[in-house]
Amino acid sequence: MEKNLTHIALFAALIAVLGLVPKIELLSGVPITAQSMGVMLCGTVLGARRGALAVLLFLVLVAVGLPLLAGGRGGLGVFASPSVGFLIGFPVAAFVAGFIVERWTAPVGIAAFTGAVLGGIVVLYAFGIPGMAFMLDKSLAEATALSTPFFPGDLIKAGLTALVTRAIAQMRPGALLSRG
Amino acid sequence: MLTLTSPVKTWAHRLPAWGKLLVLCAYTVLLFALQTPLAMAVAALLPVTLLASCGGSFAITSLRMLRPLWPFVAVVVLWHLWLGDSAGGAVVILRMLAAVLAANFVTMTTQLSQMIALIEGLARPLAPILPPRALALAIALVIRFIPVMLTRTEAIAQAWRARSPRKPGWRILLPTTLAALDDADRVAEALRARGGAG
Repeated sequence: MEKNLTHIALFAALIAVLGLVPKIELLSGVPITAQSMGVMLCGTVLGARRGALAVLLFLVLVAVGLPLLAGGRGGLGVFASPSVGFLIGFPVAAFVAGFIVERWTAPVGIAAFTGAVLGGIVVLYAFGIPGMAFMLDKSLAEATALSTPFFPGDLIKAGLTALVTRAIAQMRPGALLSRG
Repeated sequence: MLTLTSPVKTWAHRLPAWGKLLVLCAYTVLLFALQTPLAMAVAALLPVTLLASCGGSFAITSLRMLRPLWPFVAVVVLWHLWLGDSAGGAVVILRMLAAVLAANFVTMTTQLSQMIALIEGLARPLAPILPPRALALAIALVIRFIPVMLTRTEAIAQAWRARSPRKPGWRILLPTTLAALDDADRVAEALRARGGAG
């Protein structure tokens, strides 16, 4: 009980920290941060259920008014902005990433990379693109075109997520709750 | 840690949080029902009037919070100029700005403690699967550990700089994540030693 609670809480904090620390500006002020990698890590390290709960807890804190999203954004306003679909997709992305690492008995690195790509990219965009299309009154194809600048960065993040997850499996086998 | 609640006290700080949230929901639904630029502009006057009633520095802060939206505004403007559909573009932009301004107004005029109390109230029906005390403890742990983890991430980056002329990039990710896992174990033990979280 306590162990689940503290892992969920500390990984929610980790998502926030990863959104605040390193920042790279991609063309025209589109910030690339490690925040969505935090979401992927929640899934691949904590597993489906705990990972999704950690992301939900993070979103609750954003909604109540803490500026924890990349670029110091937060509050209820972000849920009325065009990126709302991605926020709704975050917990589902972590769940799918965790589910794949839990159920697929492939080597941890491969399972984590697949989980991060399917959850953190495919599922996340499946929520984010319709959300953006709805908020900006655009077609799905137009919203997809608006989201593509993020794609290469997300692929790199999936790779890093796999590296970190595999390293944790080697250094702290007991701490990798998704394979526990 | 700083919250987005405005330190400038306004009349709206005294209103109950649930009331503001209900009005915000109704207003946002209304925004999505309106289709003409004129109706949207009239509806957008509401958050603008609310901001104006709270004084200059409050209004400036809240306009500054719109900054992340400018790329979207720019894309919509260019797109609709190209299509020759300026009315449609005006509706989309006004709706987006009005919805975000109104939501930020609620965030800026509500204390963090009131918002957390509201969340705990909303989560009460879930009590059998999500004990309210566990939720409150989890929220407190996150708020406490964000500055702790930021400080430690900075220390890890400093240690990297002491050893390498290159910038610490993704390589500090692993120690940061490992430290979070170790912290989670230690905090769990500390909680259990003090009687548990239940």
